[in-house]
Amino acid sequence: MTSLTWSGPVADRARLLRMLQEYGVYAALVVLFLVAVGLDTSFVEMSNIRVQLFQVAPTLLVALGMALVIGTEGIDLSVGAVIALAASVVPLYAGYGLGGVIAAALLLGAASGAIGGAMVAFARIQPIVATLSLMIGVRGLAEIINGNSAKPVTQSGILDLGSRNIASLPEMAWIAAACALLTGLLVRRTTFGRHLVAVGDNRQASRLSGLPVRRVLMTVYMISGVLAALAGVLIVGHGAEADPANQGLNMELDAITAVVVGGTPLSGGRVRVLGTVAGALFMQLITAVLTQHNVHTSYTQIVEAAIICFAVYASQERGTR
Amino acid sequence: MVQQDPEPAGDPVLEVAGVNKSFAGVHALRDVHFALRPAEVHALIGENGAGKSTLIKVMTGVYRPDAGTVRLAGRARDFRNPLEAQAAGISTIYQEVNLVPLMSVARNLHLGREPRRFGLVDVARMNRQATEVLGRYGVHVDVTRPLRSLGLGAQQMVALARAVQVDARVVIMDEPTSSLEPREVETLFSVIRSLKEQGIAVVYVSHRLDELYAICDRVTVMRDGAVVHTGPIAELQRLRLVSLMLGREMATVREKGTTAFDADRHNRQEGRPALRATGLTVRHRLHGVSLDVHPGEVVGLGGLLGAGRSETAKAIVGALATEEGEVEVEGRPLHRRSPAAAIRAGVVMLPEDRKIEGIIPNLSVRENISLAALPRLSRAGLVSQAKQDEVVRFFMDRLRIKASGPDQKVSDLSGGNQQKVLLARWLCLNPKVLLLDEPTRGIDVGAKAEVQALIDELAGEGLGVLLISSDLEELIEGSDRVVILKDGSVVGHLAGEDVTEEGLLDALATAPEDPAEEPAAGTVGDSSAEPGPAQQAAGATDPAGPQGPAPVKENQR
Repeated sequence: MTSLTWSGPVADRARLLRMLQEYGVYAALVVLFLVAVGLDTSFVEMSNIRVQLFQVAPTLLVALGMALVIGTEGIDLSVGAVIALAASVVPLYAGYGLGGVIAAALLLGAASGAIGGAMVAFARIQPIVATLSLMIGVRGLAEIINGNSAKPVTQSGILDLGSRNIASLPEMAWIAAACALLTGLLVRRTTFGRHLVAVGDNRQASRLSGLPVRRVLMTVYMISGVLAALAGVLIVGHGAEADPANQGLNMELDAITAVVVGGTPLSGGRVRVLGTVAGALFMQLITAVLTQHNVHTSYTQIVEAAIICFAVYASQERGTR
Repeated sequence: MVQQDPEPAGDPVLEVAGVNKSFAGVHALRDVHFALRPAEVHALIGENGAGKSTLIKVMTGVYRPDAGTVRLAGRARDFRNPLEAQAAGISTIYQEVNLVPLMSVARNLHLGREPRRFGLVDVARMNRQATEVLGRYGVHVDVTRPLRSLGLGAQQMVALARAVQVDARVVIMDEPTSSLEPREVETLFSVIRSLKEQGIAVVYVSHRLDELYAICDRVTVMRDGAVVHTGPIAELQRLRLVSLMLGREMATVREKGTTAFDADRHNRQEGRPALRATGLTVRHRLHGVSLDVHPGEVVGLGGLLGAGRSETAKAIVGALATEEGEVEVEGRPLHRRSPAAAIRAGVVMLPEDRKIEGIIPNLSVRENISLAALPRLSRAGLVSQAKQDEVVRFFMDRLRIKASGPDQKVSDLSGGNQQKVLLARWLCLNPKVLLLDEPTRGIDVGAKAEVQALIDELAGEGLGVLLISSDLEELIEGSDRVVILKDGSVVGHLAGEDVTEEGLLDALATAPEDPAEEPAAGTVGDSSAEPGPAQQAAGATDPAGPQGPAPVKENQR
């Protein structure tokens, strides 16, 4: 058979691009890890791995909630402030033990998320504006609750949460991993998860199909708030102090970065949970590698910016149809 | 087929000759000739997809024709963009007001041509001029307020004033009255008459036949991308106009192209209707529409574009908020009006726009089919994959959905198969009433026949079906009864023997107008007793002439 057009390489290139979109972040993570080990074999030592996991766990928790919100074509800028809010109530409820602290923090996180969700779902305020105002207000509230200075936390249960290891890996990492697993199940297997994705992909069609669009939106922002509050408790536990003026700062941006690098489109309709995990790990590792080799923080930031741009570029759907 | 204009063409100010335009191999315009004479109001009409919009876009430089020429005042022009066409004297007023809502009225009027002093915008002069100009159009408003604070009618007048300001020789109006109140329509008409007096030619696109007969001199009818008639509008009977538009000759119903319908298969059950809607009213769109659908029958909803057919379906399922009206399903009233509530009661709607309102593009065929039924396929919020697969497999077989598998992305499917997926989404809910809005639009012949046969079958199984279709044949042959809408009101019913194309065309052409919508030509002078100050200042150049236009009231928000 002779043909006037040769479709081989063209098709391959399209396939390559698709593969890159689907699996690029995992490949990049593996390559980065190998490079890090190649540069310095001490990178694989257990102590270093533990440090990395301690640092990535809160970011990952927040990023999971962010991925869900982004899946509905929204965004949640309030998560950093919710971390601060959760941190501010830890000293107050320390007397009630770990259970009391977690219950109070998560409840506040859910309440904050409910306010944001209500603004988006019922008042139809754009998510970026709704959660921006929430971000400012909630951080103010956190600082009022805590007062001006950082407060030390000495309650052993809380400190254990931030420092204990299970099977020689940090408890925080296990918690984050469990949440990632639950989020994955939520998205893939539950009615709510499928509704969430449908609402993000085509809200009008979802409404006409009788889906509870408002309830889905409310719930999504509440989940994001709860996960951020949990991250806040872990951060306090790890740092042994509650400092709402500084804790959780820019966390919303780290979370968005992890989600985007993980390949979840900002246009909604798709949630990549495993990709988000890989994205969070990738951003953590690249910062760690650059820092450990004495690259100045300013340059690290520039590298991160380049990665974000590339990730967004690669994940764009090209007009192939 | 093309009926030529008996009069000699004179010197057209704008002429389109032999224009072809196709998109992705589909002909949107085929050898179109269109001549616009100075100082005439020329109606351009046709159903959806007839090519009106494409023709307008060719004339205004939005599209460039594949073949043929556009001549303005005898000179062949090749407009590369709307700006060039505008500079040459072709102004367009779109259905939607294309201005800057947050800028002041005066700024909008002068956008891009602001009067300047020392290189800066001379705001005082601009506002003064704007007040004066708008006064001539009967718009008396504070021109420093943002445009969006005006009512839609007044906004439309600003757009019109702006269009005419740019030394227009040709003004194209695309459904200018769709958002106007009757009084505002009068004002518009008086403005159009004064444009005529100044020698400006107007292309007037509207679906409201009464308006065409009230204001237009000549008419061009388009169908399927071609011009099928051009001539003086006074010589064209309404009935003939409608039949030209829809492509149906009164005497000869064409033999070919019969649908797959067979009304004998329906199984109408008397007694309590499956669906009863009473007095549905939606501001500007529906005025007290009532209808009922019995189990086992197909009720057609007839009417021209803009008659309120889709709005009726949407109002029934609660996708469009109604001011008044009730919906009963099997005798039980629907209290909460939302798509979710309607679905629970057993009323589902296949939307007109598959892409925007129907499919969830990035999800698979499986997920799209099971979307609305997910709660029924789940236990404790967990989706049962086994049940989901069973339902999806059943409907993919039953409706012969051609896909590589249930996991294929629905946006990769053909239009016909997407439509079947949407039908499956509803059928797996086991509904009582099915509202179908253009179920066969844009799908291929084979799929069309399958969908039509399916509608019959569903009616045979006792479902009540409300069918909306612009395909006359489909509507007539598929329906047991037809309810006819015009301007948002029910104007007629056809049943039994009367369900024929002649009957429908007749009803469409002769139905009485809603008196509120009557643009009462010739009574424009009514409001001359209340001339605004600016109107008097305008003096001899007043385009509205000696008769003052009806003032357009400011909409306080």
